[in-house]
Amino acid sequence: MTQPGRFVSAPGLLFAALGLGALLAPFMTISANRIVEGQGVKVWSLAGAGETLVGIVAVTVGLALGVPRVWPRLRLGGAILGLAGLLWLLMQGAPALLDGAGEYARVSPAIGFWCLFTVLMLLMADALADLTPGPFARAGLLTAVLSALALVLWSGALADLSVLQEFASRKNGFLDAALRHLGLAFGSLAAAAVIGFPLGVLCHGRADLRGMTLPVLSFLQTIPSLAMFGLMIPIFSWVGETVPGAQAIGIAGIGFAPAFVALVLYSLLPVVGNTVAGLASAPPAAIEAARGMGMTPGQRLVRVELPLGLPIILTGVRIVLVQNIGLAVIAGLIGGGGFGTFVFQGLNQTATDLILLGALPTVVLALVAAIVMDILVDLVRPTPETTP
Amino acid sequence: MIEIDRITKTYNGVRAVDSVTMTVETGTITVIVGTSGSGKTTLLRMINRLEEPSSGEVRINGESTLAVKPHILRRRIGYAIQGHGLFPHHTVARNIAAVPELLNWSADKIRARVDELLTLFSMEPATFRDRYPAALSGGQQQRVGVARALASRPDLLLMDEPFGALDPVIRTRAQEDLRRIQQQLGSTIMLVTHDMEEAMRLGDRVAVMDAGRLVQHGTPAEIITRPATDFVASMVGEVERPLRLLSLVPVSDLVEAGTAEGEALQVGASLRDALSACLWTGRSAVPVEQDGRRVGRVTFDAIRARARVHP
Amino acid sequence: MRIGTVLRPALVLLLLALVLRPAWFTPVFAPFAPQGGPVIYDRVSLLSLSLSHLGLVAAASAAATLIAVTLAILVTRPAGAAFRPLSRTITNMGQTFPPVAVLALAVPALGFGAGPTLVALFLYGLLPIFENAIAALSTLPPATMEAARGIGLNRWQRLVRVELPLALPVILTGIRLSVVIALGTATIGSTVAARTLGEVIIAGLLTNNTAYVLQGGLIVGLFAVLIYDALVQLEVRLARRIGAQSS
Repeated sequence: MTQPGRFVSAPGLLFAALGLGALLAPFMTISANRIVEGQGVKVWSLAGAGETLVGIVAVTVGLALGVPRVWPRLRLGGAILGLAGLLWLLMQGAPALLDGAGEYARVSPAIGFWCLFTVLMLLMADALADLTPGPFARAGLLTAVLSALALVLWSGALADLSVLQEFASRKNGFLDAALRHLGLAFGSLAAAAVIGFPLGVLCHGRADLRGMTLPVLSFLQTIPSLAMFGLMIPIFSWVGETVPGAQAIGIAGIGFAPAFVALVLYSLLPVVGNTVAGLASAPPAAIEAARGMGMTPGQRLVRVELPLGLPIILTGVRIVLVQNIGLAVIAGLIGGGGFGTFVFQGLNQTATDLILLGALPTVVLALVAAIVMDILVDLVRPTPETTP
Repeated sequence: MIEIDRITKTYNGVRAVDSVTMTVETGTITVIVGTSGSGKTTLLRMINRLEEPSSGEVRINGESTLAVKPHILRRRIGYAIQGHGLFPHHTVARNIAAVPELLNWSADKIRARVDELLTLFSMEPATFRDRYPAALSGGQQQRVGVARALASRPDLLLMDEPFGALDPVIRTRAQEDLRRIQQQLGSTIMLVTHDMEEAMRLGDRVAVMDAGRLVQHGTPAEIITRPATDFVASMVGEVERPLRLLSLVPVSDLVEAGTAEGEALQVGASLRDALSACLWTGRSAVPVEQDGRRVGRVTFDAIRARARVHP
Repeated sequence: MRIGTVLRPALVLLLLALVLRPAWFTPVFAPFAPQGGPVIYDRVSLLSLSLSHLGLVAAASAAATLIAVTLAILVTRPAGAAFRPLSRTITNMGQTFPPVAVLALAVPALGFGAGPTLVALFLYGLLPIFENAIAALSTLPPATMEAARGIGLNRWQRLVRVELPLALPVILTGIRLSVVIALGTATIGSTVAARTLGEVIIAGLLTNNTAYVLQGGLIVGLFAVLIYDALVQLEVRLARRIGAQSS
């Protein structure tokens, strides 16, 4: 078959083509207020010719650097340069467009920006896949990216964007929602771990218990989230009304408690299932040897099965964490708080910025959780990857 | 001394091991040989109670194995298996130290023992101590597996097809190493295999199992010359019988005064080696050497005569 | 297994009754309805909501299967090898995007209605199928592949006669994961004005009518569990057939 050559990266070529195409699409939109539909603005009419040219050149050069295959570092550099270019264009475009557009006018990134952003992120991921950085390098990179993001947001360079204006008008609510969201996601994970881990260990030793538990848990997992949250409501309102003192500690049909329990139920399968799979992953010959040398079942668990199964068990925790960060959005529908509150309010009011204010942090949170957990999973791998 | 007394294992009414009785002398190697499904592995696993006997008992130095808890018993019995079963997440040193750790030996004592065993198995401690099993060759992994089984100076070492996963060249070396180390340490070993060649090469005594029963238990020479059943005879192989027998006798038994042409054999070599040398080079006698000095010769006629004398 | 043979038809009957004859359940749900409020959701027929819900899921999943399997085939050919690392990253990271967030983000781009729901279901549905199809196509038994080459099958014949049939059970697992997620996400689709069974639950939440919530929750839950179960049975049967063939 025809290879695109030893020097040209095929994905890089694809990214360049897609990216240049996206440059022709509207880069930002400007609208008269936060509800009405906006007007697309092409990248070359964002601001003064000089300012925009710098950004366009940075993006184009960044995309071009992604094409040669030989130096992955150069491709990574290209992605970073391109992203910086995008940021520069937003910083130049937002104030320029708002200038004289009226008190309630809003500017936001449009389809062109989002496409370029996606393409450049993919370029970065592709270059990183070539470089295969170790866990510490990835942790460093993640920290650097998050710090850069925090710096940009804190500096106010993007404060003119409509999402951030939406944020500015709900600062306190946002903080509450963030805390509530994290509380739901991590709290339910902790509860699921406390229940699920011992259950998994028990299931590991007993096939009959395993045969009963895992199918029940996977059926629980199958129930659509909205239905599960909904089904919690009658149960919890009944508990709230009949158990004395339950209402005093916040147990009622809607709110935090039913959302929390629904998330715990969803989390049990990955925790129990991966604990069972992890403990069973030790080589059979090693288990036979452990038995033969006189380890008790407890010693076998602690010295052999657990350390060898830890990566798989932690992968279960990763699945739960990412899943719960997403599902916690649904809590917004039953008064459980979290970023879902913004998402569903935004959908009700057809206020795009409000939807984004809820959805974007959720996505970032889920991605960061996934990357951090992947790093942890790599760190607990019991043997260094050695090929004899 | 290990006494196996009418030991039986029944699975769903089928007797996998049927009333086996035998005695293993201290400091010897007993090889249990049989086809798959003959019950040889089950017999071995009942000795350290990885399988509980349905009836009968095993006594080690007079004490019944049923008198102690199984895991305590197993710490006194070494166990090496096919495919080594090393812990992939522990270094070589920690693998070897596994049983001493269970027995709460002091760290110094463990370290000394690990180095001693690595040296015994011709593995430089400084080089190998901190490696992980994945970074070892198949032969090295197997040696560490045996070293681990010997670490706590067990009363008895059980080996279940320990060389089954090795290629022929490495297997022969591993067998020689085992012989050497067993003689050096005076260990008592019970080893299971399906390979009669291996049984003959390693065993002081060979026990042949068929369909759960012990059909013959004796020296290799007895097994070859006086097979108790047709099954034993077929395991030995009619065609190979004389060669197997000759391989049990050292050249030193037949050395006579006189000289011969060509390359010499060492006194430790077997008559089979001598026969092979005669046939290959077309000689009727081969010189014999000890410590680099010619001590006499062994003749083709003497070998032929010896092969006809069945003890 | 024995529980299944009794439970399965019972659940199917219960589901049919809930969808086709909701009035039968008035006495069951009445205690949960507000004083004097309606007990049974009757703004739209539950049957039409169910059909619309399942139709969305079926359309999205079918499209996702087609595209994802095609992409997986391309990426597992030598010519597409350059895209392998990238596709792994995309499936890994893409699946961390919460389905709800994908749905919510589709609205600014596409507006309200069935459109964004369909697109979100499709996009999200791609990933599990793509991932499983790649895994299945790249871990076929080497001996079988050698034999297929050895008896003179060309690339296309190998793909159609050997690779795809052998990969089918694993691909089907991906489709099942995808369908289950799509069923759940479609439920939430009613918040962006797609006509799905989620409407019943949302209506209940908005009017504090727990009877609606329970009714909608039960129907959606039963659909999901039964479809999941049916797909599992299909996979088991297929895997058994391949297992029987290879042994």
